Amino acid sequence: MTTHSVRVVLPAHLRVLGRVDGEVVLAVDGPVTQRSVLDALELRHPVLRGTIREHGTLRRRAFVRFFACERDLSHEPPDGPLPDEVATGAEPLLVVGAMAGG
Amino acid sequence: MSGVRVLVGTRKGAFVLSSDGARRDWDISGPHFAGWEIYHLKGSATDPDRLYASQSGGWFGQLIQRSDDGGRTWTAVGNEFSYEGDAGTHQFFDGTSVPWTFTRVWHLEPSLHDPDTIYAGVEDAALFRSVDGGGSWQELPGLRGHGTGPSWQPGAGGMCLHSILLDPRDEAHMTVAISAAGTFRTDDGGRIWRAINRGLRSEGIPDQDAEVGHCVHHIAAHATRPDTLFMQKHWDVMRSDDGGEQWREISGDLPTDFGFVIDVHAHEPGTVYVVPITSDYLHVPLDGKLRVYRSRTGGDEWEPLTRGLPQEHCYVNVLRDAMAVDSLDRCGIYFGTTGGQVYVSPDEGDTWAPIVRDLPAVLSVEVQTLP
Repeated sequence: MTTHSVRVVLPAHLRVLGRVDGEVVLAVDGPVTQRSVLDALELRHPVLRGTIREHGTLRRRAFVRFFACERDLSHEPPDGPLPDEVATGAEPLLVVGAMAGG
Repeated sequence: MSGVRVLVGTRKGAFVLSSDGARRDWDISGPHFAGWEIYHLKGSATDPDRLYASQSGGWFGQLIQRSDDGGRTWTAVGNEFSYEGDAGTHQFFDGTSVPWTFTRVWHLEPSLHDPDTIYAGVEDAALFRSVDGGGSWQELPGLRGHGTGPSWQPGAGGMCLHSILLDPRDEAHMTVAISAAGTFRTDDGGRIWRAINRGLRSEGIPDQDAEVGHCVHHIAAHATRPDTLFMQKHWDVMRSDDGGEQWREISGDLPTDFGFVIDVHAHEPGTVYVVPITSDYLHVPLDGKLRVYRSRTGGDEWEPLTRGLPQEHCYVNVLRDAMAVDSLDRCGIYFGTTGGQVYVSPDEGDTWAPIVRDLPAVLSVEVQTLP
């Protein structure tokens, strides 16, 4: 099984919560998907469970977005492959708090 | 010399305000969890260094934080609040049915006897318990499963369980309040619940003295008289002397009986405090004057307490969990405002002074009396 080195950029609130400085680099075994990346992220930082995906259903929280390669991947299926650039580490997966407010 | 620690939850973080028994000079720490909504913090009665905080936000959901050193450091503990079984439905504002959905923890109530046991009142209304210091949470589903559950509806702030009273004689006896369902009581540790709203009358529901549907804003009781309950309802200040079996109005000569907070003096079970708010459509003090009202007669007869409080151009609100009392010899009274002020009265309400003036909007105030 291939292991990928995947870069993830978290929003400020979650970097504080996870005590993360800068990007997170995760070792992801097998296909690089939203689910496999977030599983690896939550394994490394259990405090983030429930903050990006809902407990139980593991659905993306309503005010969280996933961007990469200048594309909005928020509505892509969680088991679909992320872009090659994310799987190779050339581009990060951006976890973004939805723009809302004034 | 004994002292106090005031725990303040705000729209943008938590603050801890500490003072000695004189309550004149204050040390202020925070913001803790900057940028997050802190609906409530509370300390254990048996271990004052054990604190719990509800941290939440619309983007990233709910977290529970625990401190074992009086608020200097914090650790995130369990944040999974899953309803037991089929969550069912309740009423939306327009009377249609919507699924029960967890949003946030409004209130944390540590056990009176065990620092690792704590209750959480949540939106949509339900009661959860942790017996492992917040590591995991289990619903007490008998409350949400009360036969009237499908008819409960949200107040303007959401359908929240905001008040939890533990009976010091036996914690199997609990009273909770839900906006806008009413007050409920269990005598068996949370398995079976009864609605205890007889005597309440509310406009805005088809049957004004219905079994449920009342927008109770807050309830309070004194530890030595747990069967005497005080209530600030949407409109009306109420009292029960039989554990909630029957309520009577004690608004008496208040200038308006709309409001959110209510609390009881630490040493005088018949001395009660409220902060009247103009009306249901104008959540500011009457005439721009911030006044606490005190009744030394358990209701009906009220006196305004104004010394040190702004008496002109004041248009803040005082939310339901934003008043507390300490148990020093001269009982201290505290409240916080949506304008970011936290006021203290070290003399039972006779005089007031701001501890801080410019915090984010205050959601909750609790106080610990330290040895």
